[in-house]
Amino acid sequence: MTVGSHYSYWVTILLMIAGLYIVVARRNLIKKLIGLAIFQTSVYLLYIAPGKLIGGTAPIIAEGFTVYSNPLPHVLILTAIVVGVATLALGLALVVRIHEEYGSIEEDAILEIAERETTAQEQGGDRA
Amino acid sequence: MILDHLPALQVVVPLMAAPLIVLLRSGRAGWLIATLVSWFALAVAVMLFMRVQSVGVISYAIGNWPPPWGIEYRVDALNAFVLVLVSLIASVVLPYARTSIAAEVPADRHYLLYSMFVLCLCGLLGMAITGDVFNIFVFLEISSLSGYVLIGLGRDRRALHSAFQYLIMGTIGATFYIIGVGLLYLMTGTLNLADMTVRLAAVEETRPVRAALAFITVGLSLKIALFPLHVWLPGAYAGAPSAVVAFMAGTATKVSVYVMLRFVFGIFGVRLVLPDLHLLDMLMIFSAAAMITASLTALFQKDLKRLLAYSSVAQIGYITLGLSLANNDGVTASVAHLFNHGITKAALFMLVGGIVLRVGTCQVDALAGLARRMPVTCFGIVIAGLSLVGVPGTAGFITKWHLVLAALQDGQWWVVAVVGASSLLAAAYVWRFVEVAYMQPAPADAVTRSEAPLQMLVPACAMVAACIYFGFETSFSLGGARDAAAVLLGGLR
Repeated sequence: MTVGSHYSYWVTILLMIAGLYIVVARRNLIKKLIGLAIFQTSVYLLYIAPGKLIGGTAPIIAEGFTVYSNPLPHVLILTAIVVGVATLALGLALVVRIHEEYGSIEEDAILEIAERETTAQEQGGDRA
Repeated sequence: MILDHLPALQVVVPLMAAPLIVLLRSGRAGWLIATLVSWFALAVAVMLFMRVQSVGVISYAIGNWPPPWGIEYRVDALNAFVLVLVSLIASVVLPYARTSIAAEVPADRHYLLYSMFVLCLCGLLGMAITGDVFNIFVFLEISSLSGYVLIGLGRDRRALHSAFQYLIMGTIGATFYIIGVGLLYLMTGTLNLADMTVRLAAVEETRPVRAALAFITVGLSLKIALFPLHVWLPGAYAGAPSAVVAFMAGTATKVSVYVMLRFVFGIFGVRLVLPDLHLLDMLMIFSAAAMITASLTALFQKDLKRLLAYSSVAQIGYITLGLSLANNDGVTASVAHLFNHGITKAALFMLVGGIVLRVGTCQVDALAGLARRMPVTCFGIVIAGLSLVGVPGTAGFITKWHLVLAALQDGQWWVVAVVGASSLLAAAYVWRFVEVAYMQPAPADAVTRSEAPLQMLVPACAMVAACIYFGFETSFSLGGARDAAAVLLGGLR
């Protein structure tokens, strides 16, 4: 039970924090999505790594197979990967649409334009 | 025979309808299928609700794999109630949606919108019905991803950025949830809700379980839009097509609250949650903060949809407040408010959708003298607004009353004060609309009467009528919530 023996957890935590940090700190929409993907990837490792037993085999009921690795986390993460891909695809599609409409993928520039539109709309309301 | 498969049909039919609508590539056919599917879902939900009343918990093994190995659909008094709420709102909003969507979304995207709509419905129903924590994540993502698309279909380009923000926040929330589930799975070796509750007793004092509780609570709070994690909500609600908001405001956050109820009371139990972690105390403080600050923010909004969105954040505070009181009346009020606020907010957003259609904007200042132009719509907004405030005789009053009772029972006087203050603020922001619509003179070119089309007005008014009806007839809303609270708290005492 040394620190080194649990290195997969350290990698998981590193990916988790790095990914989340990128999402929060970057203003570029694509970079945000990259951070989000890294964050989600850390979860795959969180599930898969503890499921593996050193020396474990696939769960086959037959002679010579006594130590099994747990197959369930793999199946779960297969689903999670699909979800992750779908999220990333949808996110990128939204960025493409945002770029078409605003001509930028920098959040600051987009927010500035959106802010101006909101103010204009409100003042339009005042006049009416 | 077919009755035994009701739990599966509840989810499978909307799931199958979504690709069918895409293949047909027709807006009208898509709308028709979506409407029929939502009515079918409502019928199934009502049947399930009645069966739960008579025979108790229904357990359905998907693919005949017995739980806890296979995925179990488990219907009890709590989620039968949530299923009825979600499918009821969908089946009232969809008939309304046809005209509203036609005016707000380009015609070539209609069939895609209806496809996403039923997929979102499928995800929400699935989250409510399943008894498997990983399955909840999958359905959560189905409903969220389709929700991001629905919001992104708003006519304004700001909707796109709102949808993107919601995607980022929503995905972080869902990932937090799945991290928590992973930790719980590591400790208990099961994903079945009922099985996990039993097995957790042996390991509940361990650090991974506490970390799991933290991750799941924060993740779900993001999805619920609990203050201060609500920043995605106003933009998303303000930008999305009216019919979509009417549906999502009444259901999406509510189903996440349901999941939180399940975890806080069902899995972790008050034994772990109450004593030394102060989770419920924290929830109580954030709920109170939501009720005050979001109501205050709503007061200063110039856009009616945005105003209602902030009001939603405040109302979510009521729901989580009831949860955090953790006594019978509190949880009853919390569950009943899921329903009462669901119908109230759906009614309001549907009526505002009519205003958007006729006036072209929902800026409050542009609505001077609207009562003369759209008397029925304005009257409906006032009635539903009263339910939002919690005036006696409306659905909103019933739950606020029980919330106050629960707080008194707990000796939490300050909670009563917060509920009172928040209701006054609600009265103030509803009054802003009344003042503009009824007291100010209409501009000369806008005095002719032009109500929203009947296809929109009738479902919206039906929802308003429900706000009054459930203010007097409480055997479903309050009775159902009481049974649900008994299920949640029953395992603890």
